Amino acid sequence: MKLTARRFAIPVAAAVAAASLVLTGCSGGNAPSDPNAPITLTVATFNDFGYTDALLKEYTASHPNVKIVHNRAATSNEARENYFQKIGKSGLADVEAIEVDWLPEVMKYSDLLAPVDAKLKDRWLDWKSAAATDKDGNLIGYGTDIGPEGVCYRSDLFAAAGLPTDREAVAKLLQGDWDHYFEVGAKYTAATGKPFFDSAGGTYQGIVNQIEAAYEDPKSGEVIATTNADVKTAYDKVLKASKTQSAHLSQWSPDWMKGLSNGSFATMLCPGWMLGVISGNAKGVKGWDIANVFPNGGGNWGGSYLTVPKNGKNVKAAQELADWLTDPAQQIKAFSNAGTFPSQQKGLADKTLLGATDKYFNNAPVGKILSERAKAVTVAPFKGQRYFPINDAMQKALTRVEERTQDAETSWKQWTDEVTALK
Amino acid sequence: MTTATPRRFGFGARLSRWDLKLSPYLYISPFFLLFLVVGLFPIAYTAVISFMDWDQVRGKGTWIGFDQYAYVLGQPKFWIALRNTFSIFLLSSVPQMVFAVFLAALLDQNLRAKTFWRMGVLLPYVVAPVAVALIFSNLFGDRYGLVNTALQGIGLEPIPWHTNAFASHIAIATMVNFRWTGYNTLILLAAMQAIPRDYYEAATVDGAGRFRQFFAITLPSLRPTLIFVVITSTIGGLQIFDEPRMYDQYGTGGSNSQWLTISLYLYNIGWGEWNFGRAAALAWLLFLIVLVIGAINMLITRALVRTDGDQR
Repeated sequence: MKLTARRFAIPVAAAVAAASLVLTGCSGGNAPSDPNAPITLTVATFNDFGYTDALLKEYTASHPNVKIVHNRAATSNEARENYFQKIGKSGLADVEAIEVDWLPEVMKYSDLLAPVDAKLKDRWLDWKSAAATDKDGNLIGYGTDIGPEGVCYRSDLFAAAGLPTDREAVAKLLQGDWDHYFEVGAKYTAATGKPFFDSAGGTYQGIVNQIEAAYEDPKSGEVIATTNADVKTAYDKVLKASKTQSAHLSQWSPDWMKGLSNGSFATMLCPGWMLGVISGNAKGVKGWDIANVFPNGGGNWGGSYLTVPKNGKNVKAAQELADWLTDPAQQIKAFSNAGTFPSQQKGLADKTLLGATDKYFNNAPVGKILSERAKAVTVAPFKGQRYFPINDAMQKALTRVEERTQDAETSWKQWTDEVTALK
Repeated sequence: MTTATPRRFGFGARLSRWDLKLSPYLYISPFFLLFLVVGLFPIAYTAVISFMDWDQVRGKGTWIGFDQYAYVLGQPKFWIALRNTFSIFLLSSVPQMVFAVFLAALLDQNLRAKTFWRMGVLLPYVVAPVAVALIFSNLFGDRYGLVNTALQGIGLEPIPWHTNAFASHIAIATMVNFRWTGYNTLILLAAMQAIPRDYYEAATVDGAGRFRQFFAITLPSLRPTLIFVVITSTIGGLQIFDEPRMYDQYGTGGSNSQWLTISLYLYNIGWGEWNFGRAAALAWLLFLIVLVIGAINMLITRALVRTDGDQR
C-alpha cells in the first residue's frame, strides 16, 4: 500500500511542479531542488510577535505546498534556554526567533546559522543589521522589531513644576545632551522637591547604549570596560544626578510598578514597547505623554530577529519564509497585531505606522514619533561575549550606590574587581 | 566425623538457591540501574566538565585541571553565598521545626472536622513557589510594600528588605517557612498518631498535665521522625533556589549579593555567564558541602537514635 501510494505521489508531484512552472512563467530559476514538494515549516517565537494565524495563512495561500506550525514560548527566557540547548544539535524550529539581548551569545555560534541573502541587507536600518553581522560579514538574523526610545513624561507633574506640558514644547525643552537633561531635572526637583527620573540603572542604560564600544574592544574582544573613560564618565554623571533626581526605584521591581502610577518620578526613557508597560501598570493615571526627543540623539532598547539554523531540514524554504515575514508589508501587519515596531527602512515610512496614535498617551502620534526616534539612532553598540555579565555587574554597582550600601567610589572599585575576575 | 552420603543437588534445587540469593538483588536493581543512568552519570559527567573550559553548545572543551575550583574558591562571592545559604537555612529550618511540632500537637487533639484542618496546613505547600514569591514580594516591597506601610503606619522605621542582607534572609526564610511548615507538620502528625495512647492515659492517671505529657512523651517519641525531617530540610535548605531567585526582578541575588545562595550563584555562572565548566566545579563543591553536612547529621542521628533505643 505504502509503496503504491508513494509511486503514485511522485508523478503527481512532478506534474504539479511542471504545471506550476508553466503557470508561473519561469520562477524555477532560483529554486534548487523541487520547490513544490509538500513540506512543514516550524516557526518558534516568544511573547507576541504579531504572527497571527491569519498572517501565516497568507503565506500558505501563496505557497500551497507549505504547512506552517507556529510554536510560541511564553517568555523569552524559556526560548533562550531552549535555543542554546539545541543549537548545532537537533530539535530547533526551522525559523527561530531570538532577542537582541542574547545576540552576543548567538554571534559566538553564528557559523551554525544560515546567513541572510546579501541582497536583503538594505531592507533594515543599518545598525539593526550591523548588530547581527558576524566577523565574516555574514548577516545571520532577519530583523523583526526594534525599540527606539523617546522620553515619557507626566504632563501633570510638569505643570506642577512650572515646566511646559505640551509634547512639542517638552521635546524642545529636553533637546540636548545628557547634561542638559539633568539640568532640566535639577529644575524640576528644585521646584517640586520630588525625583525627576525612575532609577540610575535605567538612565545609565540609555547612555551606555550610545557608546559604540563600551565594555569590549570590537576587534580583539578584549575587556576595556574598567579603563574606558566613557563608561566612567557615564557612571559619574548618572550617580551625581541620581543623588537628588532619582526615585531610586530599580526597574521592574514592584515598587517601580507602583511608582509608575503614584507620581514618584516625572520622566522615564521610553522605548516603544514601554508604552504598553506604562499604560498597563498605571491604568487610571492621566498625564503620561511621550516627547519626540532623546538626550544626546537616538537610542534603541530591545528588539528581535528571526534566525534559520543551518542544519534544519528545509533551510531554503525556511529562509524564504523568514524573508517574507520580515518584509515591510508583513512587519506592518505584525505592528498592527502586536505593536512590534518595524526595523525595516520601508516599514518606518509606512502610512499605517505613521498614523498610529495612542489614546492613553493623550492621543500622541506614537507611530510618527517613534519612527523619527528610530531614524535618530546612529550607533549600534558593540556587545561582545562578556557584555552581559559586565553590564549586570554595573547595574548592581549603580544600585548599591542608590541603596546607600556603598559610596560611588567603593562601588566602582568592587565593579572593577568583579569585571577583572570575569575572565 | 562420619561422611554422610553427599546430598545431590538437582538443577531445580540449585536454581532455587540462586533464586534465594540473587532475586532480591534483581528486584532492587531497577532503582540502582536507573540511578546509575540518571543520577551517577550526570554527577560523573559534571565532574569531568568541572576540569574543563567547557563550551556547552559545541559540546567540547579544553582540559584545564583544577583552575575552575581555584577560581570559585577565590571569589568573595562564593563565601558570601555560603554565608547566605547557611543563614537562610537556619532562619528557615529552626522556626519551621518549632512551628511544625506545635501545629502537629494541636492537630493531634480531638478536633471537629479533623481532615479539614489537617489538609488545610498543607495548602501553602500546594501553591507554586513562583506564586508564593510574587505574593511575598508585594509584602516585602522596600517603599510601598505592605509590611513597611504597616510599620510606618504605627510610627516605626521601614525595613530595607532588599538592601540589608539579614532583612532579606528573613524575608526569604518567611517564604520558605510558609511553604514547608505544613508539609513537615503532617509528617510529624503521622508520627504522633503512632504513639500508643496508653502512654497518655497512664500519664493522666499519674497526674501529669498536658505540658508535662508533651515534653515527657510526645517529644521523645518523635525523635527519629524529627531527625528525618531535619535532614530533608537540611538538603532542601542548602540547595535553596526558587525563593531567592524570585525575590527581586533580576533574580541574581541582590546588588551586593545580599541574598545570593550557592545554587543561585551556580545558576548565574552557568546560564548568566555561560561558563559551564565553572558552574560544574561549583556544583561539585555544593555536592561536597551537602555530603559533609549530611555526614554530620548522620552522626548526630546515630547518637540520638541509640539513646532513644536505650529508653525503650
